[in-house]
Amino acid sequence: MNQLTVFNLLVLVIRRDLLLAMRRRADVMTILVFFILVVSLFPLGVGPEMDMLRKMAPGVLWVAALLASMLSLGRLFSADYLDGTLEQMMLAPQSLSMLVLGKMIAHWVVSGLPLVLMAPVLGLQFDMSGQALLVLMLGLLLGTPILSMLGAIGAALTLGLRGGGVLLSLLVLPLCIPVLIFGSGAVEAVASGLSVVSNLSLIAALLVLCLVFTPWVTAQALRISME
Amino acid sequence: MLEVSNLACSRGDHRLFSGLNLALLPGQIMQVRGENGKGKTSLLRTLCGFLSPDAGKISWCGEDVRELNELYFANLLYLGHHNAIKDELSALENLQITAGLAGIVLDEMTAVSALRRMGLKGRERLPTKVLSQGQRRRVALARLLVGDAKLWVLDEPLTALDVAAVALIQELLAEHLRKQGMVIFTTHQPLIIEGVEMRHLSLV
Repeated sequence: MNQLTVFNLLVLVIRRDLLLAMRRRADVMTILVFFILVVSLFPLGVGPEMDMLRKMAPGVLWVAALLASMLSLGRLFSADYLDGTLEQMMLAPQSLSMLVLGKMIAHWVVSGLPLVLMAPVLGLQFDMSGQALLVLMLGLLLGTPILSMLGAIGAALTLGLRGGGVLLSLLVLPLCIPVLIFGSGAVEAVASGLSVVSNLSLIAALLVLCLVFTPWVTAQALRISME
Repeated sequence: MLEVSNLACSRGDHRLFSGLNLALLPGQIMQVRGENGKGKTSLLRTLCGFLSPDAGKISWCGEDVRELNELYFANLLYLGHHNAIKDELSALENLQITAGLAGIVLDEMTAVSALRRMGLKGRERLPTKVLSQGQRRRVALARLLVGDAKLWVLDEPLTALDVAAVALIQELLAEHLRKQGMVIFTTHQPLIIEGVEMRHLSLV
C-alpha cells in the first residue's frame, strides 16, 4: 500500500470538503445571498446620496463580508464532529494541523472566494471608482482567508457547545477588527489619493502570521474539544 | 504490542477505573466487558488518545504512545459508535476518503471489491443517506478490509448488523488474528472466533 504524503492528505481534505459543499449547494448560496442582501440594504436605507454612499462603501462591504463569513463557521467542524469523521482525522498518520489547514482552505474557497468575486459588483451600488473596487477586491482576497483561519479557532473551541454559534461570533469578531481596519482603510486611502501599499502589506503580514499559527492552535483546540 | 500500565480514567468527577493493566500481543483478541457506563468506550478512546488518562501509561512496542503519536496512529484502526460516514457521499467515496485519512491510497477496484465483500453489491455508488442503518455500518466496517493497521480498536462493531454480517465480522477478525494482528473491542452480543482464545477484561 502506498502511504500518503502530507501534501496528498492536504489535497484529499480540500477535495472532500469541496465535494461535500457541491452536494450541499444551498449552504454555500445562503452565505452569498446574505452578503448581497446586507450590502444592498444600505443604499436603500441611507438613500441615494452619492457622497455619503461612497464614504460608507468600504466599511459596509467589509463588515458584511465579516458577518457572512461568520455564518458558515459553525458548520466547519460540527458535522465532522457529530458523525465521527473528526475522530478519524485525529488518527491520521500525519499531523492534525495539516488536515485543519486543508479544511480552512476549503472553507475559504466555499465561503470567502465567492464574496471576493461578488464584492466589485456590489461596490457599483455605492458608486465606487474602478481603482477603489480593485483595492477592495485585493484587500478581501488577502483578508477573507484570515477570517476563515481565525474563525476556525473559534469553531474548534466552541465545538459541541449548545448555543456555540453566538459564542463563536463573540470570540472571533473582536479578533477580526485589525483586518477590518486595514481592509477598509486601504479603500479609503485610494479614494483620497494615498498609497494603499501599507494597508495591504499589513493584511498580507497578518495572513502569513495566521497561516503559520492558526492551524496548530486550531488542532490543539480540537483535541481539547474532543475530550 | 500494546501495553497499558496502571491506567486511571475519570469523566467529570466520576472515577471510571484505576490501576488498570493489560497487555495485548500479536495474534491476541481482547473483549472489554462491563455494564453500561463502566467506562468501556472511555477505555477505548483513551487507547486512541482522544482522552488523556488521569494516570498511567499506554505504550506501543515499548514506547509511550504520546511520544509516538503519528507513528502509533499509522498502526491503529479505530471504529467508534459513529460511523464517520457522510450522507451526501456514496459508499465508495466514503470508503476512499476514510481510508485516505488513515493514509491509505485506495484505488476504485479495491474499494469496490471491499464493499462487495461487505455485502453492498450494487449499492457502491448510492448516496449513503438512502442506505439502512445496518448497511451504513457495513460501509464503515469495510475499512477493516483495507490497509494494514496492526491494532484494531472496535467499539460495539456489531450494532445494527444482521446475522450474516456478524458472521462476516467474525471471519474478518479471525483473518486479522492469523496475520498477527491485535484486536481490542467491546460488544454486548456473543462473539466466538474459532481456534482463538478470547481474552476478557472486565470493568467493574
